[in-house]
Amino acid sequence: MFRNHTTWSPAGRLFQVEYAMEAVKQGSAAIGLRSKTHAVLASVNKANSELSSHQKKIFKIDDHIGIAIAGLTADGRVLSRYLRSECINYSFTYESPLPVGRLVVQLADKAQVCTQRSWKRPYGVGLLVAGLDESGAHLYYNCPSGNYFEYQAFAIGSRSQAAKTYLERKFETFMDSSREELIKDALFAIKETLQGEKLTNSICTVAVVGVGEPFHVMDQKTVQEVIDSLEITEERADQGAAMQEDRSPETAPMDI
Amino acid sequence: MNSIDATIAEKGLMSSEMGSERTLYPYVTGTSVIGIKYKDGILMAADMGGSYGSTLRYKSVERLKPIGKHSLIGASGEISDFQEILRYLDELILYDNMWDDGNSLGPKEVHNYLTRVMYNRRNKFNPLWNSLVLGGVKNGQKYLGTVSMIGVHFEDNHIATGFGNHLARPILRKEWHENLSFEDGVKLLEKCMRVLLYRDRSAVNKLQVWCLFPFVTSAFYPLFS
Repeated sequence: MFRNHTTWSPAGRLFQVEYAMEAVKQGSAAIGLRSKTHAVLASVNKANSELSSHQKKIFKIDDHIGIAIAGLTADGRVLSRYLRSECINYSFTYESPLPVGRLVVQLADKAQVCTQRSWKRPYGVGLLVAGLDESGAHLYYNCPSGNYFEYQAFAIGSRSQAAKTYLERKFETFMDSSREELIKDALFAIKETLQGEKLTNSICTVAVVGVGEPFHVMDQKTVQEVIDSLEITEERADQGAAMQEDRSPETAPMDI
Repeated sequence: MNSIDATIAEKGLMSSEMGSERTLYPYVTGTSVIGIKYKDGILMAADMGGSYGSTLRYKSVERLKPIGKHSLIGASGEISDFQEILRYLDELILYDNMWDDGNSLGPKEVHNYLTRVMYNRRNKFNPLWNSLVLGGVKNGQKYLGTVSMIGVHFEDNHIATGFGNHLARPILRKEWHENLSFEDGVKLLEKCMRVLLYRDRSAVNKLQVWCLFPFVTSAFYPLFS
């Protein structure tokens, strides 16, 4: 009874909300990081089969805001429609871009509603929201629970722990990083989640937004160039007989 | 659209029936407002008169008000509608402040909000009978714009409403330049207000002059002819 509606369990938990967070962990990885002036989102492309095209995980919300999702793509699409609508309404009334911090709160409030009505279910998608406001670039994570947090860098989805470990080591440098360094770090973090699979431009998508740079998905050629430059620096590190970093082996959940 | 509104409108087309009323003519009005950009910010002047038809009835009406941290609004036309607009803006700024997140509504945003309000009312055949001047400075950027009661809006380096359009703008066009100092700006405004006092019958000889640069200051300026 308690597990099928968004109502309390005897132990004081909302199972539906927790199950929704599990759904986020099933999706393929998405990563975000930001500096003072730029924010980068990257995602791992997953296709249902070799014959199909891959799921779209990165959405442009407005010229200054974009999101990456992990979890139920359909819920993500619906939410991105809501976000786009909010942004455009604000722009119409105020001729000015909606500050990303305010958009994120509105989204969180919308998600919270679903945790408090027994006839609704929480949205099964986690969103990494990258955007600009008056104080620069920001990265937020919105959970199905209705919580939101601001991050310097974050990763969600399956095998994201590997990416998080990498980001935890390097996050202190991000604030002052250049745009190119941020993109390299994002791709490196994506590489960590692939656990040995080769990183190519067909397996990942990268998007950037910055002060003076509208949100856009980078074209595949540029992404491949960055990947190639990554590999060159890696080879050099190997040849320099540097210590091999321990890649924490992770028990990956069933990748659906 | 509400179906109730539709049936009432059908009954008497444009006439006032129960629940559906509209502004037909203004009662207590203010005359011109003049605004200019100067080197460091914005200067605005308006007299303090509220006319009741041809009677110069009220002589201490404040027609210039600061809005939020960055803007100044001046209004000519129906004073009660101006007070209504101030209530809307008060609520707008309040909600903006409640976010408490380092973002604030600047003069451009307030101007566009007002444009939407005025145009919306005009579409309902129930206008707010004002011509508004909205000026402000945010992050060093100066902004000066106007909205009329039918929603016509634009920005410029110098703005005037009402009679000011006919009497003050020629002076401003000739004598305004990019690097007006504060003193020269005030002198220019004073010159315009003097001409208005001579020639506009609804002008009174008591002025409000506001200056907006990063902070807002005001002066009450009795003008003797």
